[in-house]
Amino acid sequence: MGKIWKISGPVVIAEDMRGSQVYEVVDVGDGRLQGEIIGLENDKAVIQVYEDTVGLRVGEPVTGTGEILMVELGPGLVGNIYDGVQRSLVTMMDDIGDFLVRGVRTDALDRKKKWHFTPSVKAGDMVQEGDIIGSVPETGLIEHRIMVPIGTQGTILEISEGEFTIEETVASLEHEGTEKPLTLMQKWPARKPRIYKQRFDPEDLLVTGTRIIDYLFPLALGGKAAIPGGFGTGKTVTLQQMARWSQTQLNIYVGCGERGNEMADVLHSFKKLRDPATDRLLQEKEIFIANTSNMPVVAREISIFIGITMAEYFRDMGYDVLLVADSTSRWAEAMREIGARLEETPGEEGFPTYLGSRLSAFYERSGRVECIGKPERMGSATVIGSVSPPGADFSEPVTQATLRIIDVLYSLDVALANKRHFPTINWLQSYSLYADSVDKWWNRISPDYNEIRDKALITLQREAELEEIVRLVGPEALPEDDKLVLLAARMIREDFLMQSAYHPVDTYTEPKRAHMMLSTIMKFYSLAEEATELGTLVSEISSSKILPLISRMKDIPNEEFDDYMKQLWSDIDKNPFV
Amino acid sequence: MDSLQLFTRQTKAISTARRSLLVIESIPGIRYNEIVDVQLGTGETRIGQVIEVGKVTTVVQVFGGVSEVDLLNSRVRYKGETLKLPVSGDIMGRIFDGSGNPIDGGPPIVADTYLDINGVPANPASRMPPAEFIETGISAIDGLNVLVRGQKLPIFSGSGLPHNKIAAQILRQASLKGKSEEFAIVFGAIGVSYDDAGYFISNLEETGALSRTVAFINTASSPVIERLSTPRLALTAAEYLAWEHDMHVLVILTDITNYCDALRELAAMRGEIPSRRGYPGYMYTDLASLYERAGRISGKEGSVTIIPILTMPDDDITHPIADLTGYITEGQIVLSRALERKRIYPPIDVFLSLSRMMKEGIGEGNTREDHNNVFMQSYAVYAEGNYLREISTVIGSEALSDRDRMYLSASDRFEEEFISQGEKERRTVEETLGRAWNIFSMLPTEDLKLIQEEYIKKYLPKAPKGSIGEEPR
Ligand SMILES: Nc1ncnc2c1ncn2[C@@H]1O[C@H](COP(=O)(O)OP(=O)(O)O)[C@@H](O)[C@H]1O
Ligand SMILES: [Mg+2]
Repeated sequence: MGKIWKISGPVVIAEDMRGSQVYEVVDVGDGRLQGEIIGLENDKAVIQVYEDTVGLRVGEPVTGTGEILMVELGPGLVGNIYDGVQRSLVTMMDDIGDFLVRGVRTDALDRKKKWHFTPSVKAGDMVQEGDIIGSVPETGLIEHRIMVPIGTQGTILEISEGEFTIEETVASLEHEGTEKPLTLMQKWPARKPRIYKQRFDPEDLLVTGTRIIDYLFPLALGGKAAIPGGFGTGKTVTLQQMARWSQTQLNIYVGCGERGNEMADVLHSFKKLRDPATDRLLQEKEIFIANTSNMPVVAREISIFIGITMAEYFRDMGYDVLLVADSTSRWAEAMREIGARLEETPGEEGFPTYLGSRLSAFYERSGRVECIGKPERMGSATVIGSVSPPGADFSEPVTQATLRIIDVLYSLDVALANKRHFPTINWLQSYSLYADSVDKWWNRISPDYNEIRDKALITLQREAELEEIVRLVGPEALPEDDKLVLLAARMIREDFLMQSAYHPVDTYTEPKRAHMMLSTIMKFYSLAEEATELGTLVSEISSSKILPLISRMKDIPNEEFDDYMKQLWSDIDKNPFV
Repeated sequence: MDSLQLFTRQTKAISTARRSLLVIESIPGIRYNEIVDVQLGTGETRIGQVIEVGKVTTVVQVFGGVSEVDLLNSRVRYKGETLKLPVSGDIMGRIFDGSGNPIDGGPPIVADTYLDINGVPANPASRMPPAEFIETGISAIDGLNVLVRGQKLPIFSGSGLPHNKIAAQILRQASLKGKSEEFAIVFGAIGVSYDDAGYFISNLEETGALSRTVAFINTASSPVIERLSTPRLALTAAEYLAWEHDMHVLVILTDITNYCDALRELAAMRGEIPSRRGYPGYMYTDLASLYERAGRISGKEGSVTIIPILTMPDDDITHPIADLTGYITEGQIVLSRALERKRIYPPIDVFLSLSRMMKEGIGEGNTREDHNNVFMQSYAVYAEGNYLREISTVIGSEALSDRDRMYLSASDRFEEEFISQGEKERRTVEETLGRAWNIFSMLPTEDLKLIQEEYIKKYLPKAPKGSIGEEPR
């Protein structure tokens, strides 16, 4: 057992620590705060402490646990809420009440709960690492597939159906004369990527239900995206929307250094809202990690890796998983703070020089893969992180380092936020490198997808150019065809891109419906182009009775939508400009 | 406060004094971050804080500098405890300084318990999303940037703008719609002028609210270190009243800019590597440790609502103090010098302002069913008018179409009839929404795209309503 030798913020140095190892978890002080060794020198250990160190004294005990920080993986993850070091906040609430007093340990997974295990292999079968040996119905939406842990193989001696806790033996293996028990739980070191057979390029659309994302800047299953924006631009709401509605099998929401009330809002809403495809409670396909801004800074760093480890674990079962992380800037700042305490040489703006490599260590764990083990299966982990640039200035180090890594950028715009145009994803600055590969997916919905998307983007681009002229000469001085561009762009913006997260219908648009909406606008635009060429004035077009009907498309409930659109199209076909 | 004076142990061996730091040989039992007394050879006492504890040496930061510390005759007295506030129900109606000592001439507090002023973070799983509408009687807030119980909503101001007036108006008028319950008030003055602190106290006195107020006052001439403890004392008192006494507490903290400047000053004296504009890199986390103490807890009656006030240096909203605050709080009420010049009170810039908790607090059962629609439509109309005003300064309003000129005048009316109101005027939320509808009535009904048809039928005045200049201001 060692003793505290020095305390400086979240960094503690302990003496008499011979025999410890780097990354070993230790108990620090009389209050048994949780810490992790990050460096060793002679008999001294440098420890980062995951809890507030105020009030610690020199000489208080430091005890090693002999274990490194492992993520517990098994039934009981889904629907749970964890802090940054995977302590269950639900359990803590029951055990110690509403406030997070220091030094409390809880298991990540319930040790007592019994799960029903159904084997899918039998005694005598040879199994390898990653092979699925059976499953547990974890929630109404997630069948938890039990896999042979990495590094394990052998012949099944015994396996049986029944009720088991996560620590009880569900099967035993024999390999080269030794017997090994398998349980429903396995552990994995958070900072180490899990292995897979082969990686593939992302090519299927990840349906988020947010129109500007799905249609203009699509995200693909297994992709990596970032969403930078100043405060109040909608990072959190956009990520929450994705975590709510994305048509992935499991979503992981990591709140890293952000607001407690926001977390409360997400947690409560997931207990009420239902998944549009299955009509099951969203909670049944979600894992939460909540390390709010007033919780210990050091735990922010590990929380993101714990989240991505869980994502990979479910990917390995053959699922499509989405992880959203809000905010990666707070994560980077935590690294900056530890770096400063360790007196490392700082890089740009005080961030550690390894900022870029740590960011890519996170984002690179996304991907679409062929999973290891039998039966053959594909899985994907998609990652999207928010970035909170100081002063909304994207030239700062975290944004810049992130841009070098990601394939999709949702650039949020303060000016749009001020006008309450949500989502504030700027259509001129955002991009998706997957647009060309997911168009095959879209073409199954409609062969016109590429044409309509291109025309919408060009119209918006034209609007931006005309905007400069308008500021000099006024809108009335423009020629009629340019006025029409402004009208069409406005319709695209207000009637398609703007989407309220709080409207029961508008909050989620399925791809087919999104396509219908935009093609209607573009159809109206083409007819109006023809009419202006024949001399109709744009002022006449803009008082068309059709326009308010187009504006109301958004709010029409799904079950009435087809009829509404049929009527709308027949009105358009008749004569739209009366 | 007696407990604070009860220093139990002392040390003599100060080895070096440089800048504001004292390096002392190992001190048994001293705690990381505790507040200590440094007694100088001259007999004067200064406050210090332990910023690093080691087996060989301990580093203490002395507030007020170490210029006269004589290594031989100075000593550090410490008690092996971090700063605690003695609390009991008797703190109501009392005024304290930034160390928690009474300064109103009353007796010391007989403590029920002593609370660590740093508080303990709430378990996110125990929090209840804030949702109860607080009617402030101010249209720009109640209509467009709703405040709810348990929210933290700062006022971003500039020097010379009427933030104190607005905060005092909120304190006078804030009530829960349809309920007679009154808020307990906790007031934390951080490095403000004597006059500013006095303004609030006499305002509270006049309305009889002083008896349900607890005040902590650190004026510009009080010790800088106490700028850091003042808000923590205030929030500790607020949490105590909310969680132990089931009260709904409204906390005003002014001025956070002074708080941040104190943080910067002390960090610089320690020789820390500064981040943007000299402020420490951990300022986000430090401010979060204050603001995040707002909230509601499932199963508890009370709530803590925080309205911090800050003055943006140079009116710059990207300045780190405003920026980091905005990244933590649930929105912001931003004051505008341009509106102030137009003599509009309260000069609230509704574009830059935001309430993130609004959606929970409005609508049927809270305010009125049409509230969200009115809110969105108001922004659309006002934003359009504002944009047209901008371009018309270049091209002249004659170059605009009739429709565009109509939007220009709608947005003027918006400022004059909706945003603008009297300092003593208290509007119900229905009146606030009614004012917006009056302005909508001058526009073509098809333009009200963001409002459901049933509400248009129900609330839109049948004939266009002209300006209501004759109404009492
Ligand atoms: N899609 C949306 N629909 C409606 N309102 C939105 C939407 N996105 C953002 N908002 C509004 O903007 C506010 C700020 O969004 P938030 O995601 O919290 O910003 P950030 O995380 O970037 O600071 C929200 O409280 C909400 O009022
Ligand atoms: Mg956010």
